[in-house]
Amino acid sequence: MIGKTLKALLVGTTILAGASAAQAETFRWAFQGDAQTLDPHGLFETFTLGFQGNIYEGLVKRNDKMEMVGALAESWENIEPTVWRFKLRPGVKFHNGNDFTAEDVVFSVNRLKTEGSDMKVVATLIKEAKVVDDLTVDIITPTPNPILPNQFEIFYIMDKQWAEENNTTEATNVKGGDEGNHANLNANGTGPFIVKSRQTGVKTELTRNPDYWDKDMRSNVTEAIFTPISQDATRVAALLSGNVDLAYPVPVQDWGRLDSAEGVRPLAGPEARTIFLGFDQLRDELTASNVKGKNPFKDVRVRKAFFQAINIDAIKEKVMRGASTPTGLMVAPQINGYTEAMNERLPYDVEAAKKLMAEAGYADGFEVTMDCPNDRYVNDEKICQAAAAMLARINVKVDLLAQTKSKYFGKVLAQNGYDTSFFLLGWTPSTFDSHNVISSLIACRGGEDNVGSFNLGGYCNPKINELTLKIQSETDQAKRQAMIDEVFQIHKDEVGHIPLHQQPLSWGVSDKVEVVQRPDNQFDLRYAVVKK
Amino acid sequence: MFTFIAKRLVQSILVMLTVALIAFSLFRYVGDPINNMVGQDTSLEERVELKERLGLNDSFLVQFARFAGNAARGNFGFSYQHRRPVSDLIAERLPATLELSIVSAFLAMAIGIPMGVYTAIRRNSWLAHSFMTLSLVGISLPTFLIGILLILVFGVMLRWLPTFGRGDVVQLGWWSTGLLTASGLKSLIMPSITLALFQMTLIMRLVRSEMLEVLRTDFVKFARARGLAERYVNFVVALKNTMVPVITITGLQLGSIIAFAIITESVFQWPGMGLLFIQAVGNVDIPIMAAYLVLIAFFFVVINLIVDMLYVVVDPRLRVDSAGGH
Repeated sequence: MIGKTLKALLVGTTILAGASAAQAETFRWAFQGDAQTLDPHGLFETFTLGFQGNIYEGLVKRNDKMEMVGALAESWENIEPTVWRFKLRPGVKFHNGNDFTAEDVVFSVNRLKTEGSDMKVVATLIKEAKVVDDLTVDIITPTPNPILPNQFEIFYIMDKQWAEENNTTEATNVKGGDEGNHANLNANGTGPFIVKSRQTGVKTELTRNPDYWDKDMRSNVTEAIFTPISQDATRVAALLSGNVDLAYPVPVQDWGRLDSAEGVRPLAGPEARTIFLGFDQLRDELTASNVKGKNPFKDVRVRKAFFQAINIDAIKEKVMRGASTPTGLMVAPQINGYTEAMNERLPYDVEAAKKLMAEAGYADGFEVTMDCPNDRYVNDEKICQAAAAMLARINVKVDLLAQTKSKYFGKVLAQNGYDTSFFLLGWTPSTFDSHNVISSLIACRGGEDNVGSFNLGGYCNPKINELTLKIQSETDQAKRQAMIDEVFQIHKDEVGHIPLHQQPLSWGVSDKVEVVQRPDNQFDLRYAVVKK
Repeated sequence: MFTFIAKRLVQSILVMLTVALIAFSLFRYVGDPINNMVGQDTSLEERVELKERLGLNDSFLVQFARFAGNAARGNFGFSYQHRRPVSDLIAERLPATLELSIVSAFLAMAIGIPMGVYTAIRRNSWLAHSFMTLSLVGISLPTFLIGILLILVFGVMLRWLPTFGRGDVVQLGWWSTGLLTASGLKSLIMPSITLALFQMTLIMRLVRSEMLEVLRTDFVKFARARGLAERYVNFVVALKNTMVPVITITGLQLGSIIAFAIITESVFQWPGMGLLFIQAVGNVDIPIMAAYLVLIAFFFVVINLIVDMLYVVVDPRLRVDSAGGH
């Protein structure tokens, strides 16, 4: 009798196991680091926000073609210059079953403004959020803002009731003082995946949200397991051995291996990140050079000579394995405001460069220290080494200081008084709009308008600051584009920076899955498909 | 005995304080943590304020004193990266490191000692020669290379073993163990061999040379003359007399195994303290680095203490000495 029951039980479980195996589609992926927090307002960082985007959602999102489409909002409209009205999607529920309403949007706006929030740059775009009715919200901006929806993609909505119940109405504070903030380790979004378990820095398991509103979602993944793997070799091995389905980034040098291995392939594409060189044009004497009493970089001829001495095709072929996209602009083609016609580079011409140097009085060149990170961008140190070798041909002796990103940024950024004479930096505008590039990298720094905070070299043309303000609030797209073009033209004529290239995205993917690679290096599980 | 242990534990506090002091004097050279804690659009004012709030503008002595004061109350601070108390993180990661280290140490001894004895007794056999040659490989190849080679052969080419992580773990109270699941055991094989290999060859060579010494001594000859079985002479009489230096080295090596698990852990993405530490170094997560270094110093002190106590067990002469008092 007992034997029979046992047998029946066994058969039962086998059938059950069989049934679930047929439906379960597990997707495993690895990145070099972990999402630093699950709190959607805790850190403005690409990977963290991209990871959270599988769990939380904003009012709008980008689809697989990077077009803005509705997420929690169905439609939006600029009803007055400073008022954006969002019509919310009805019938959406949070993972805990609570209804999504306009109250949650207003709550999330307020949470953005709390002390611990690292999303204050989004918060400053909003003067006030008002509930019109249950499914309508007005966002009032301090000044007219034509691109507000573009800037809202990474503004995720949290459930007001859940936050109040769990005492997490303020964003997780990196400064400490609110140890154990519930939202740091727990999540309750409206997105297609629910956090099943999480051990920070080790593993996060997600399961599909059965009640997700978008029934047309492409993904068939029912369970997703994320592991951060910090060592490049280990990450690539995990992919090659079939232990993960997607691993990124993969060193460009390993593409050949992935190509020749069975069952996996490299997935490359242009990233929206522009890599460029910059020079200190502000100080009267460089801090790290043998030229005393004057600053050679104040002379546009020297900057131009540097530009023309860089053989970008050689960098592309030799350093980037043919995978970079040389650029003449500080923005990538995917960025709003990019103009193809302006993407021309100054020609590579060592003789012309030498002539310019001679005209400027530096025929014998000079010495300068170059600051460079060695673990931040694709082959960053190698690019700097190549640039140093090229500049040697115009008699500039570059003393390369390549260090780990914490030390590099600790030296060159504002906190340390922009301590650099010549540097390499990369930038992806978080809003995917040129205005972010202009106001962060190109506008004069140190003014009351709080722009130019990443203008490490202190390039300055007051005309650009005027235009920056106008671009910010111009609602006529054609006029706005004309102003953006004007800024880029001035910057180009004055060689404010030397744009080098857009770096390649480098992922490794198993043949068992299909994924969409976004140019901002985000991975969206909504478009991940496990092949049958 | 009790005063001996108490004295050593008091000394351990001094050791830990010294380690922390040195650590804090070095932290200023590891870089600026702020940039890793905020996004690129965070304003300068907020960055400056954050640095001030974290006390990073204070001199290292002030930072050290604050750390020591908090640590004395059992508070190791708050990780910059994980935004969680450091003590929680370490408690979460400690089992992984200890399981890996202990299994490795066990492997090293279980294989290393018999190999050492064998190579001493059958000095000229071909097997002994091949052991000795192999041991050279173990001593000279760097750990990460061995790890990568194992991954390549058994993970990528043969696909027998998982290439990273700890597999499924079972929670026993606050202790998470991978020893009770099949995937956990499979995941343990490559990292523990990688970590054990160096120690194993070290133990083997040590046992061999000690054995060769002891086998030449008179009392071993007498034991043979008394007609004792060869096995008894080799494994009981001789081996026991080689144990004092072996215990010293093995004990100290256990400390190094725990400390140098860093490399093995990062090659295999083994979620232990070493990995936590190496990630903390990359992100300039000072609270984690400080707590880890102090904890490792404590381990070394405790292991040394245990080693000292084991001498007494193994070597009867020490017992007579201590009974005599001094």
